[in-house]
Amino acid sequence: MALLEVRNLRVEFPTRRGVLVAVDDISLEISEGEVLGVVGESGAGKSMTGSAIIGLLEPPGRIAGGEIRLEGERIDNLPYEKMRRIRGAKIGAIFQDPLTSLNPLYTIGRQLVETITTHTDLSEADARAHAIDLLSEVGIPAAERRFDSYPHEFSGGMRQRVVIALALCVNPRLIVADEPTTALDVSIQAQIIALLKRLCRDHGTAVMLITHDMGVIAETADRVAVMYAGRIAEVGTVRDVVKHAKHPYTEGLMGSIPLVGHDVERLTQIEGAMPRLTEIPTGCAFNPRCPKAFDRCRTERPDLLQTDGATQAACWLYDRETAYV
Amino acid sequence: MLAYVIQRVFQSLLVMVVVAFAAFIVFNFVGDPVDNMLGQETSAEEREELRKDLGLDDPFIVQFGRFVTNAVHGEFGISYRLQRPVADLIAERMPATLELVALSAVLALVFGVPLGVFTGINRSSWISQLILIVSLVGVSLPTFVIGILLIYIFAVNMGVLPSFGRGGVVEIGWWSTSFLTVAGWQAIILPAVTLSLFQMTLILRLVRSEMLEVMRTDYIKFARARGLTDRAVNFGHALRNTLVPVITIVGLNIGSLVAFSIITETVFQWPGMGFLFIQAVGFADVPVMAAYLVMIAFVFVMINLIVDLLYFVVDPRLRADKAVAAGN
Ligand SMILES: Nc1ncnc2c1ncn2[C@@H]1O[C@H](COP(=O)(O)OP(=O)(O)O)[C@@H](O)[C@H]1O
Ligand code: SF4
Ligand SMILES: [Mg+2]
Repeated sequence: MALLEVRNLRVEFPTRRGVLVAVDDISLEISEGEVLGVVGESGAGKSMTGSAIIGLLEPPGRIAGGEIRLEGERIDNLPYEKMRRIRGAKIGAIFQDPLTSLNPLYTIGRQLVETITTHTDLSEADARAHAIDLLSEVGIPAAERRFDSYPHEFSGGMRQRVVIALALCVNPRLIVADEPTTALDVSIQAQIIALLKRLCRDHGTAVMLITHDMGVIAETADRVAVMYAGRIAEVGTVRDVVKHAKHPYTEGLMGSIPLVGHDVERLTQIEGAMPRLTEIPTGCAFNPRCPKAFDRCRTERPDLLQTDGATQAACWLYDRETAYV
Repeated sequence: MLAYVIQRVFQSLLVMVVVAFAAFIVFNFVGDPVDNMLGQETSAEEREELRKDLGLDDPFIVQFGRFVTNAVHGEFGISYRLQRPVADLIAERMPATLELVALSAVLALVFGVPLGVFTGINRSSWISQLILIVSLVGVSLPTFVIGILLIYIFAVNMGVLPSFGRGGVVEIGWWSTSFLTVAGWQAIILPAVTLSLFQMTLILRLVRSEMLEVMRTDYIKFARARGLTDRAVNFGHALRNTLVPVITIVGLNIGSLVAFSIITETVFQWPGMGFLFIQAVGFADVPVMAAYLVMIAFVFVMINLIVDLLYFVVDPRLRADKAVAAGN
């Protein structure tokens, strides 16, 4: 049984001009200790998927279909209080801008201790000791002394380490990390990614690593899901997706393999841009930009299919019945 | 930090000197003080004599120095209208005004902050909508209308509360308080509510919009993602972050409560400094007006100083930033 199972997840935003579907029928799995990379252009629905998993979709966004299971238990329909006990304890989160994730008015020590005591029976003193251990583990020098420092007294990279300590402090089984390095200086991105990877391996924590940086994925992830316009375009092991991409969109993305710290978007060689939610074409959402599109692509929407390689792709090219055109 | 405090105290002193100067100008150049003190039929020699006695022949700067020295000692001369030392008049009236302002500030905070938090957190509930609509009335109705309305309802119609005066006061040394008798409380309620309504609404709306702002921040989202309880998120993390702007506004507003109390005191014939001032204006009682000006400025400056120092307690970032700004 996978640690996290997402089945046919659908996330909607009711708006005045109708319902927008930000996440459309997504299924994915993450095993114990596995790092799943989720990659895609901005607006593809990566953050919405992550927020749905931790149960923190911002209203009016809502889960309109499908189910999410953690260790076999459904968590997408839990009452707020039950889900709150899971957040931080079983699923940790790291957000887009780690620099603003810490409350400026409280010491980092206090924020760690409050998280630990919220979810465990540890005394204040034991929580403090545990917090200091964690701070040294994430590489904060003189952790004991820095415990009572405020967030503004740390550099961006150091604050990010504190955020990682906070996400890990109750030893969750899964961490949803949404663009954990995007806001950081390029020179420290690799360091932080390496730290996250090492810690999660040491603690046996699985990671859903959301990014638009293919370089980060190539360094860190075991498997990758490529998202496009609210759907998964292709999923497979890092090696297969990077080296033997089958979906025309992924092929385009992999046109040149960027190094850590480079944006996918700038390297994208595909003509055009991802459609807005209000104007997703019928059929395969990628068809207007796809060099291999054929008639069926414009009328019917493909689900994930086993390709002739090792990955699965949402592309009619791999439908046995279509026969190759 | 120390440098910052010293700098702020220095700024406050500067403001006070400027205000004292303005008061001094008013005091000396609006009408001739000698004319004001003596009748029409005094001889020229007597006038000259009095001028000397009063030091009005001294150079301007010496006179100003004397004015400031006297003001620091609480001496503002003799009221033309009542022929008593202004300092005594102010001392008699001050407790009434300060108690009124204090109770109004407490009312504004005790109702404004929780209602602001509530409407900020439950922003789409109908109770919130109702509170906001009612609060609109609070901002848009002028103070005197509210006062008269309350008098009409509670004093005239229902006859349960007095419409003017302080009711029963108890003297504690030179301070007279309304808070020790039932009649005192009955008398202070209507004016205090009247004076506080506008501030209460402002605080409510300010806290609400700050709450909404803070609720959208990353650290609140992260606090939720860490699984903290709603209580910890709303009151521990969100509310505390709204406090910096709230302290600013509340601080400034306590100052304006003192100023606005002129209207409320007049409507309710409340024997405070504001009422004294209004009466003084009617008689061109310049020493009283000058003293009032200096007192009000002093209250404003003190409150500002306290507000600035409170920032340090609330926001650790300022401890560093302001110290840097102060060249420390
Ligand atoms: N409050 C909202 N109302 C309507 N649409 C929204 C809202 N928030 C996000 N979206 C849309 O949802 C889509 C997915 O967003 P997101 O998951 O943040 O993308 P990503 O993280 O992949 O960049 C985007 O097209 C965005 O415009
Ligand atoms: S389904 Fe058609 S349009 Fe879509 S990616 Fe495959 S070939 Fe291109
Ligand atoms: Mg995103």
